[in-house]
Amino acid sequence: MRRVVLLLLFGWLGCDAPPPAPVPLPPRLSGTGLTVAGSTTEIDPGHLPFSPQYPLWTDGASKRRWIHLPAGKTIDASRADAWSFPPGTRLWKEFSFGGKPAETRYMERLPDGTWRYATYVWTADGRDAELAPEAGVRAGVPVEGPPGRHVIPSRGDCTACHEGRTTPVLGFTALQLSPDRDPGALHAGPGGVDLASLAERGLLRGLPPSLLETPPRLEAASPTERAALGYLHGNCGGCHNTEGPLASVGMDLLGGPGALATVLGQRSGFRVPRRPDAVHRVEAGHADRSVIPLRMRSREALVQMPPIGTALVDEQAVALIERWIDEDLARRQHAAASPHRKEKKE
Amino acid sequence: MSHRTSIAAVILGLAVLAPACNPSPPASAARGLEPEEKVARGKYIVSTAGCHDCHTPWKMGPNGPAPDFERALSGHPAELVMPPAPRPEMPWVMTASATNTAWAGPWGVSFTANLTPDPETGLGKWTAKNFIDTIRNGRHLGAGRPLLPPMPAPVYAQMTDADLEAVFAYLQTLPAIKNPVPQPLPPG
Repeated sequence: MRRVVLLLLFGWLGCDAPPPAPVPLPPRLSGTGLTVAGSTTEIDPGHLPFSPQYPLWTDGASKRRWIHLPAGKTIDASRADAWSFPPGTRLWKEFSFGGKPAETRYMERLPDGTWRYATYVWTADGRDAELAPEAGVRAGVPVEGPPGRHVIPSRGDCTACHEGRTTPVLGFTALQLSPDRDPGALHAGPGGVDLASLAERGLLRGLPPSLLETPPRLEAASPTERAALGYLHGNCGGCHNTEGPLASVGMDLLGGPGALATVLGQRSGFRVPRRPDAVHRVEAGHADRSVIPLRMRSREALVQMPPIGTALVDEQAVALIERWIDEDLARRQHAAASPHRKEKKE
Repeated sequence: MSHRTSIAAVILGLAVLAPACNPSPPASAARGLEPEEKVARGKYIVSTAGCHDCHTPWKMGPNGPAPDFERALSGHPAELVMPPAPRPEMPWVMTASATNTAWAGPWGVSFTANLTPDPETGLGKWTAKNFIDTIRNGRHLGAGRPLLPPMPAPVYAQMTDADLEAVFAYLQTLPAIKNPVPQPLPPG
């Protein structure tokens, strides 16, 4: 009734009603609805666990993820790489080191269609997690094993990563949940719901049937290339793509058609300190002077990639990218540059 | 962790943190301005917020050092290759070039950016969103490396979107100057 009176009043005054004030973020993780009533650790069985095949690496943290869709609502899956989630959608990602949870990130789609982000830091006794300050915890919280401390991102850091694409939900896409899972993908955790099971549950609207007949996979010339492009998709493509604010950089690491051409043999706008010989984003046969792996290997604040989220080098990933550049791409370049071999084949 | 490294960490930390600590700026009456008014508003802000102090190289003139407006807002001159910076003794921590465009301190060496609309070396390919994200998040293009001292991004992060859009609109009207500013150098 009060709402009706207010609407009439604002209508009469000829002005827009103020948007409803957002409900404040719960001070504790348990208040977000992740767990069943009365527990701070038992996950509500109504939430769907999922595991992207090309996850973001965070200093070796093990991760668990869940999504909650409002009852009776579905995901608009008509665009394979930009699913649209209904208001009320909530997602959680838990980061653990040495078997102990350190942080759980939370994102929620509000009734007005905007997203909000928060992160919760687990208490030392592991009983619950508390809302982190908006500025994050730059000095990090202590964790077991490397890296020793884990930085809690600010809300600005959340948007910097999550709002670099059409959809801010980065790990819940047709490719990331494809049943045609990449056996060479690095750091992928145990499964959960996938594209087929979501479709079976009737949670996807407008999904092109072809994606169920032929589940999406990255186009690649070899298993190594598939895993390498997949790693770049999950760890770099959130910012480096053709649709977000960084499109002007002209580098597509999402792995779509033509993506390889934006890095292979392309001059980098970034000059790696003390490495004047590193000119190209990727130089076939020369990982040692390709800018992408050099930046992945650096943890200097001005050089490292990704620029936030890690204190350590992902050695497995650097080795994969270097192998792809030094072996697969070099072989392909050699074959392309060898007309004799081509003629012989013909 | 050495004393210098500690100071560098604190300065970098403050530079990155401060934008996130700021409350959201209020909506501005500058929204909805005509394009010419927006550019004029941007020029006013640029002229009064100290942008020329560092982004326009200074040179010696009849009245002493002054901004060289023939190179307005084009950043550190690429041809001015800086020798290694002297190591100041505490409590001195920073040194600056005579052009006021190169700064050395515990964070390394920073060179002021080319803000003219040159597509290759300036902001010619940037969008207003790129510019706003950079100032708001204190990171290059909003998501990359941290902006370095002495850039007062934490102060400018408190501007309204409308004012930042106006600044960007004005910068896009400047004569494009091709000037490939060097990358910042890490401490060492």
